[in-house]
Amino acid sequence: MILRRMLSVVLLAAFGAAVIPFQISLAAHAKAAQLRSTALNLELRERIGQMGFLAALSGFRSPLAAFLWIEAHSAWENTEWGRMAGIFNTVTTLQPRSLLYWDMAAWHMAWNASVAAMQDEKQPSEALRIRAQRQYFNLGRDFLERGIKNNPDRYQLYLQLGVLLRDKLEDHSAAVDAFLRASEFPDAPPYCRRFAGYEMAKIPGREREAYEFLKALYQQGEKQRLPTLVNLLRQMEKKLDIPASERVDNP
Amino acid sequence: MKSLQGTWAIGRNTFTELVRMKVFYFLLIFALLIIGNSAFVSKFSFQEQFQMLKDISLGAMSVFSSLLAILATANFLPKDMEDRTIYTILAKPVPRFSYLLGKLLGILLLLALSILLMTGLFLLVLWLQERGVLTETRAQLQGAPAEELQTALKEVAAATFNANLLPGIAIIFVKSALLASLTLFLSTFASSGLFAILMSVAIYFIGHLQATAREYWLSGMDIHWWARVLAAVVALIFPDLQAFNFVDDVIAGVAVPTGLFLETMALGGLYVAVYFFLAAMVFAGREL
Repeated sequence: MILRRMLSVVLLAAFGAAVIPFQISLAAHAKAAQLRSTALNLELRERIGQMGFLAALSGFRSPLAAFLWIEAHSAWENTEWGRMAGIFNTVTTLQPRSLLYWDMAAWHMAWNASVAAMQDEKQPSEALRIRAQRQYFNLGRDFLERGIKNNPDRYQLYLQLGVLLRDKLEDHSAAVDAFLRASEFPDAPPYCRRFAGYEMAKIPGREREAYEFLKALYQQGEKQRLPTLVNLLRQMEKKLDIPASERVDNP
Repeated sequence: MKSLQGTWAIGRNTFTELVRMKVFYFLLIFALLIIGNSAFVSKFSFQEQFQMLKDISLGAMSVFSSLLAILATANFLPKDMEDRTIYTILAKPVPRFSYLLGKLLGILLLLALSILLMTGLFLLVLWLQERGVLTETRAQLQGAPAEELQTALKEVAAATFNANLLPGIAIIFVKSALLASLTLFLSTFASSGLFAILMSVAIYFIGHLQATAREYWLSGMDIHWWARVLAAVVALIFPDLQAFNFVDDVIAGVAVPTGLFLETMALGGLYVAVYFFLAAMVFAGREL
């Protein structure tokens, strides 16, 4: 009996050795498919505690992220923006492939926390309020950029980054790049290219390029001929003094 | 053929015995968990609600199936010996191998049925929630252009059921089958069910670190000899349970490539077969 037990352990080790190349190849395939890319390191261990880390290690990252998300919601209700940012960092570390968490974290920071910072009655200095607001905008941008690094194969976060750059940071050039990058994905909605065109039109010195870009979209057919696009083209034709023969037709 | 019939009969009996032990009551807890979760998160956006439903449901499915695999398997041999039923069975022309295979088959049947039921329940709640959100969206966008409505409805549908969830659920089953087979192996030389449970739980946690230990062992880093030996022991003896952790990524909407899915299923099948073979080998020499 003891001999059999010992033999079973030896056989188990032999099987373990034989299966290692297969395990390594499987891990490489998973990495190539961007699966199991969560960085379970000491920093995360400090943030989520021992039990949380144990749960994350044991394959329960997603329920843990969901519970923390509920906690972040409570922090939002109490307008604890700093705590929220910390929880969002943990949640996005636990579930780096979930677009929703990156997107919502960026939205809370750039839209909600930034407005709260501007309306902070405890801060009499407007300059400091504006500074805090910018910091939250940049925090939102940082979430989206880190989200893109973890999900370079999906358009959604590029699009959201474009929206943030357009509406909050008013960096039109960077917004054009983000919208164009989003539009390169086959499943991206057609408005990504239109948004890129609208932003390009706001950049001094690129009006002619923007006009050609928007005109090309207009010529793609009825689906692109939305009132915003047509009105913008009309305004640009006047501004750039485009000859009547080259102007787009009235829709 | 007779041996196969015997194995099947033991498998059926094992399954019936487990059902009589009211193990399906945990489904009630699962149902309460996902329905309760749905009510609790109603203040969130619909995307958040769906995400959380998937997070909690698949996480709970993974916990319950792993627990069920370990707890149901660990007690069989010690209990059969205590009740002396094992002697009645083995006194008949039933090889020990068939007895063990029948036990594993019964447990695998139970695991498959449990996961199917949990999947059904999860999909039902997801579908009901989706229907609610779709109706709400249609009402909100009444009079809006058809294209806008279609885009909104598409967005709702994209946040709910995703075919990628199914391979994730299949891998949960394979992982629990692996744990059942491993626990069966441990119970062949365990003196009590408690020992097999504790060992299996410990292996469950260590198994999730096997990939780290393997990398550490094979990295060629300058480490103490004893650390290298320890890492080698973990890498060689314990199963790589991280290889079966796709569910978190699947929930996030990431597709598991077919090749990788099949390879993972094959690795799981291999572990089940090897642990069963070792269990049969040890059990064949055990004095009863």
